[in-house]
Amino acid sequence: MSGATVSEVKFSELEKKVKRENWRRIWFRFKKSKLSVIGLSMILILLFMAVFAEYVAPYPSHAGLYIAFKNAYKPPSIEHILGTDMYGRDVFSRIIFGFRYAFMMIGLVLSIVVPTGVILGLIAGYYRGTFIETVIVRLSDIFISLPPLVLALSIASILEPNIFNSMLAVSLMWWPWYVKLTYSMTVSLRNEPFILAAESQGASTLHILFRELLPIELGTILTKVTLDAGWVILIGAAISFVGLGAQPPTPDLGTMVSEYSKYLPEYWWMSLGPAAGIVLIILAFNLLGDGVRDVFAGE
Amino acid sequence: MLLEINDLHVYYKSYWYILKVLNGVWLRVDKGERVGIIGESGSGKTTLLKSILKILPQNGIIPRGEIRYDGKNILKLGDNELTKIRRKEIGIIFQDPMAALNPVFTIKEQLYDIIKHKMMIEGHNPSSKELHEQAVKILNDVRLPDPERVLKSYPFQLSGGMRQRVMIAMALISAEKLLLADEPTTNLDVTIQDQILKLIHKLVTEKNLSTILVSHALGMVYQMTDRVFVLYAGDIMEEAGTNELFNHPKHPYTQLLISSTPRLSSVGVGEGIKGKIPDYRNPPPGCRFAPRCPYVMDKCINMKPGKIQVNRDHVVSCYLYD
Amino acid sequence: MSNYTILSVSDLRKYFTTAEGVVRAVDGVSFNVKHGETLALVGESGSGKTTTGHVIMGFYPPDGGKIIYKGAYELSIPMKKRPLELKRDIQIVFQDPGTSLNPKRLVKDIISLPLLVHRIVDKRRVYEKVAELLEYVGLSEEYMFRYPHELGGGEKQLVAIARALAPNPSFIILDESTSALDVSSQAKVLNTLVKIQNELKLTYLLITHDLGVVRNISQRVMIMYLGKIYEEAPTEEFFKLPMHPYTQMLLSSIPTLSEEDEKIKPRGIESVGEIPSAVKPPSGCRFHTRCPFAKQICMEKDPPDIIVNNNHIVRCWLYE
Repeated sequence: MSGATVSEVKFSELEKKVKRENWRRIWFRFKKSKLSVIGLSMILILLFMAVFAEYVAPYPSHAGLYIAFKNAYKPPSIEHILGTDMYGRDVFSRIIFGFRYAFMMIGLVLSIVVPTGVILGLIAGYYRGTFIETVIVRLSDIFISLPPLVLALSIASILEPNIFNSMLAVSLMWWPWYVKLTYSMTVSLRNEPFILAAESQGASTLHILFRELLPIELGTILTKVTLDAGWVILIGAAISFVGLGAQPPTPDLGTMVSEYSKYLPEYWWMSLGPAAGIVLIILAFNLLGDGVRDVFAGE
Repeated sequence: MLLEINDLHVYYKSYWYILKVLNGVWLRVDKGERVGIIGESGSGKTTLLKSILKILPQNGIIPRGEIRYDGKNILKLGDNELTKIRRKEIGIIFQDPMAALNPVFTIKEQLYDIIKHKMMIEGHNPSSKELHEQAVKILNDVRLPDPERVLKSYPFQLSGGMRQRVMIAMALISAEKLLLADEPTTNLDVTIQDQILKLIHKLVTEKNLSTILVSHALGMVYQMTDRVFVLYAGDIMEEAGTNELFNHPKHPYTQLLISSTPRLSSVGVGEGIKGKIPDYRNPPPGCRFAPRCPYVMDKCINMKPGKIQVNRDHVVSCYLYD
Repeated sequence: MSNYTILSVSDLRKYFTTAEGVVRAVDGVSFNVKHGETLALVGESGSGKTTTGHVIMGFYPPDGGKIIYKGAYELSIPMKKRPLELKRDIQIVFQDPGTSLNPKRLVKDIISLPLLVHRIVDKRRVYEKVAELLEYVGLSEEYMFRYPHELGGGEKQLVAIARALAPNPSFIILDESTSALDVSSQAKVLNTLVKIQNELKLTYLLITHDLGVVRNISQRVMIMYLGKIYEEAPTEEFFKLPMHPYTQMLLSSIPTLSEEDEKIKPRGIESVGEIPSAVKPPSGCRFHTRCPFAKQICMEKDPPDIIVNNNHIVRCWLYE
């Protein structure tokens, strides 16, 4: 702190106050809708379970390769609230580990897709009318024009089928949507007087992209991110279901549904559990997405 | 007395909050009188005009107040009677003709529609020949050259000045008693504005219509009206004959407004008014101008001043004249 | 040093290609701006006044003509390729403060940008300088930590002025800077502009359609119509002796507030007609379609410069 003048301290206090105010305002708008608070709580609970799966799950060892035939095909009971599968594994425990994989998928896909798409979108929009724009926009058009699931499936089938490759495939078809979104917002903001003002004062392109344009677009992007999180799970599950994603015995929700569906309708509880898990996580993200949209819609 | 408004309150409800826009507005318009309302942006002037026709948006509510038009309380009239008044007695010119005209219909279709509805209220179903005659006549009235071509056009094919003339024509069809004009020339160039204002003036005089002209442009109000009301943040601050008001303004807001207006004959403008119009979610409890008033006193902050008659033709709502 | 020419524009042209054809927005405009003065460029919509300002700023390149700044810089080069010192020395204040300030940035961020880009003050003293600038335009330092939407229109425009002042410019283009404001906030902005000009010896190019504003802050006036300048004069003389019929029509159209103002307005002329499209501007004098005094020659030939006295020039066949 040495060397900080009185005014510097005062200004940094004020700055903190503004930031606190902002967060308070965001929370105020968000909590106006009960459903979005429920969505957020659901996600927090699911996330907690996923992170501490070893401690939360009643039978952590059942997640992977584990066989106890004497327990197989047990319907829901007090020991196994969602029953057991054909190898005698506790379905509920496997679902909790399934959430971990679900969040990993979301994290992996969005951390590839969002930065790539947003940065390319910003650049394409900012350099409107140049070669750079044409290349980026055409490239994303090509990826968009391919049916998403087919693309993901074909990539997953070329590469070794595992959860990581299937997520790479999902990412590959997903980034263009963020390019489109960011690009169209950037194009409409590009010639706003405040951008001209910053440029005419000598602001760098990096400043324009990330300090002037991105903060305005962030709300819309975040809304899409939360709504997309559910879709990632759904597509991931679809890929796993057809056998090109995570391979047994990985406790991935989609893989589980696929594996267990062979035992329908007699042993219905096996597929019911993971399917409900998928629905739950998608629902949670959609409710959250509505709340996030409300936060930014009023601006 | 053609129109008399007393203690009118209008609120807008939204999911998050209530905007308390009009806060006990009063207004009166005699037969054949040209009344001006001076109001800066956000003062509630459009809300006021819309409540006269009861065309407030869905979320607009009127918790209190009275609008007496021709002896009837508009707020208590049934839909049939209201429609009759809107189609035959009161016409309105909006600020932005592009927003008021429907872009997918030709001028002909829109004009015919209005004329037809009005005539049907009079108990007469017009033939298309009659409609055409009427439409051409009204376009001639507003000095639109080549009315036949105008009739065939879509709104976007006309210039701003021509669109505003069409708007005036439409308003005049329904205005047999009262014409409301909401910033009728704001988006037009000065030379075109001059033509439009002269046109309105001429037509209104010919038809002996009462008018309410709402504008932030003091010069326009000064030249076009007999009596002026000053609206600030949903409150009427002052009412007086036009000459009286501009030469002897009493309310500090009016005084500052007039002194802030640039002149052609001299250099220098007043210091303006500090701050901004209050937040309607949480407006000042007393005089709504108090937070910006250079002469503010304790009582201004807590209680709204009543109407104070300073002379026969001059009413002000300010504790300075109490 | 005073009275030297800071900006010299000669035969400037800017055409835009649109679906309807080529719009000749600016079609051969020449003028000089002297150091320390306010020169008003007045015109209605479609006159090309804003385009002229934006070409000077380098928002788009001219299609012809020369713009020389301070005798040394050629301003035909686009904004992005201009040297940093030019971006510091020439500033602009836009019409609508609602769109010229980034809604997501705090006032202090908006004003500190030029301070940091041009290294006006040491990084650690930036906030002090921002507070100083705000105070200079009449806003307290509390405004630093507000967002634009929390300010009134006039206050926003004062922030935009503080931003323009931040890098110590010598030339500011005021692009309809007070047109979007209410009279009550316009007055404060006008007075502030006059004050800072006197104290900092700034040069303004005022682009406006409002002759009341012109009267209050400018020393010289130019009247533009459909891409050409038809009259230029010192402000005093301009209001006393408007010569071009268009100028007279413009003046006579203003709704005035008092008897004294009414006397300024020329008599015997009334506004008629519409402003023609700039795609097919009328031949000869472009005003002849609306001019009550138009003669045969007006339709055929561009009017010459008529020098009324050494500072008053009118382009009109009437005075030949």
